[in-house]
Amino acid sequence: MAEGSAAAGLAHRVRRTGGRRRLAAALLVMPLFVFLLVGFVGPIAALLARGVQDTEVPRVLPRVTAALAEWDGRGLPDDAAFAALVEDLRAARAAGTLAQAATRLNYDINGFRTLMFATARRLPVPGEDARAALIAADPAWGERATWAAIRRAAGPVTDFYLLAALDLKRDTDGAIVAAPAEQAIFLDVLARTFGISALVTLLCLAAGYPVAALLASLEPRRAAVLFAFVLLPFWTSLLVRTAAWVVLLQREGVVNAALLGLGLVEAPLQMIFTRFAVVLAMAHILLPFMILPLYAVMRAIPPGLGRAAASLGAPPWLAFLRVTWPLSLPGVAAGSLMVFIQALGYYITPALLGGASDQMISWFIAFYASRTVNWGMAAALSALLLVATAALYAVYARLAGETQARMA
Amino acid sequence: MSAPRTPLGRLGRVVHWAFTLAVLAFLVAPILAIVPLSFSAGSFLHYPLPGLSLQWYREFFGSPFWIDSVVNSLIIGAGATALATTLGTLAAFGLWLARLPGRGVVVAVLIAPMVVPSVVAAVGLLFAYAPVGLANSHAGMILAHTALAAPFVVVTVSATLSGFDRTLLRAAAACGAGPATAFRRVVLPLIAPGVAAGALFAFAISLDEVVVALFLAGPGQRTLPRQMFAGLNDNLSLAIAAAATILIALSILLMASVGWLRGRAARLAARTGQP
Repeated sequence: MAEGSAAAGLAHRVRRTGGRRRLAAALLVMPLFVFLLVGFVGPIAALLARGVQDTEVPRVLPRVTAALAEWDGRGLPDDAAFAALVEDLRAARAAGTLAQAATRLNYDINGFRTLMFATARRLPVPGEDARAALIAADPAWGERATWAAIRRAAGPVTDFYLLAALDLKRDTDGAIVAAPAEQAIFLDVLARTFGISALVTLLCLAAGYPVAALLASLEPRRAAVLFAFVLLPFWTSLLVRTAAWVVLLQREGVVNAALLGLGLVEAPLQMIFTRFAVVLAMAHILLPFMILPLYAVMRAIPPGLGRAAASLGAPPWLAFLRVTWPLSLPGVAAGSLMVFIQALGYYITPALLGGASDQMISWFIAFYASRTVNWGMAAALSALLLVATAALYAVYARLAGETQARMA
Repeated sequence: MSAPRTPLGRLGRVVHWAFTLAVLAFLVAPILAIVPLSFSAGSFLHYPLPGLSLQWYREFFGSPFWIDSVVNSLIIGAGATALATTLGTLAAFGLWLARLPGRGVVVAVLIAPMVVPSVVAAVGLLFAYAPVGLANSHAGMILAHTALAAPFVVVTVSATLSGFDRTLLRAAAACGAGPATAFRRVVLPLIAPGVAAGALFAFAISLDEVVVALFLAGPGQRTLPRQMFAGLNDNLSLAIAAAATILIALSILLMASVGWLRGRAARLAARTGQP
């Protein structure tokens, strides 16, 4: 009886210590967790949310937004909507906010910006028939497509930017159709991003696999010497390595001077601002990320297996194909995913070494965020890149195990 | 790899070695090529050098743009390192202390900055920091770099803690030490090399970071990599090679120290961890 209660008390105390320990652990993790939630994850979530929001048109043109909510989409909206638009344009012009809504509508229909400003300059006087006056100002107001575009942008949620990121849009009836050719650039950008990343990954694998295999076959002390050649670039910053390639690949740079000196070319080659330069530099920068996991996996393959295969009569190529290669596959997968994931998000290297047609998705995100300040488009493209990265990273983490994934 | 016995096998081994050495040469060649250029007496971007000179280093250290960028890098690096190391070490200790409910979510948030592509992070931070006045400020850059560097501190300190003997904590408790005292007097001295490695790692991350600086830093916060990026974009002078050489030297110094400290941490843990 007494023994039982003592045991229960002990269990209780253990539970309580466990509870107190968990509380202490939570309090210790909390500061960084909250900081990253507020200072990093929150901002990115807010950016992504911006990709599915429409705020400009409802803010700048509130009356017509409300009036169009009742419109059935067939035929033209009623007179109240025309009158509301006149009121909104007058107010927005006075407040100087018209450009915000006009820019948003111009993303959807090219020329909408001009239409808005031209109409705002020729608004009917109060008492005049709004419908007749607007259509007289510009016949576009007599078209259903114009009004449908305003309603599509009326928010609060929109799929406009996400569809645009996939070269799609909604037509006047709300059906999803292919975007007009001059706006349909993003599938090409996505294909280019995946294509460059895949090519860089293949090159890294082709160059890295034999290196890792040789290093793994050496005794650790000798391997360590050669490993310095892998770790030196690994430690050097990405910008410095990109800068090195910028300097080397100039028209009057080291590589051209050497090629000319050796008589291999007669005139300097155009290497900088080409796809070749981008792929070469990216492969160079990412190669250590391929060699390191490959080496770690191959090191763990017992060398006796190769000898066993040989003693059973397998020629070296067969022993490789049936023993070494299958056993090294986890390293191939981990290294390839690591290289591919990082390549997808590359910005600095293509920006400095590539031409206009070599820019990857990150360049377009930067372009929309900083040059045209089209947050919606920047957010939608960010969402595409982030989803691809996170999905591949989840595969990587599952393959490599949580700890190894965090160590990489 | 079995030992080659046939002539064909020997030839294969020679080709394998040649290929490996070529790849290793390729890996270090750009870095080794740019360092001597920074000591050129001329202004050409190719070899042979017309002579040796420190003129590009004089230009580097004589230019207010470059000097300001070094000062900014040091201020932002120091601030981010202090914050990231403090927050990261506490979090790593917390993660080690007990298995928290919802650990998966917690770890996902803690390592998010390692996974998110740099441009997405930079644009997201600009989007959220600008309205609250943190864009174009040292404070904003320090907070951003803290977020990017903290996961590396967590990982480095966690690796050190994984070799830490838990019975030491119980021993400390038996001697009457509260959790805070035990952490300060028992845990911290033993994992100090790991914490120092994490701090150097954090500083290296901040020192190398350029994409967030491109978006978030104003003219008053231009860091060394940001200044280099600007130089690469408009006028390519060998002062860039000098800046690159300085950064290479710093990176090597920092990472060699990290390696040394990690080894030390592992040895310390091994010594105390075994009964």
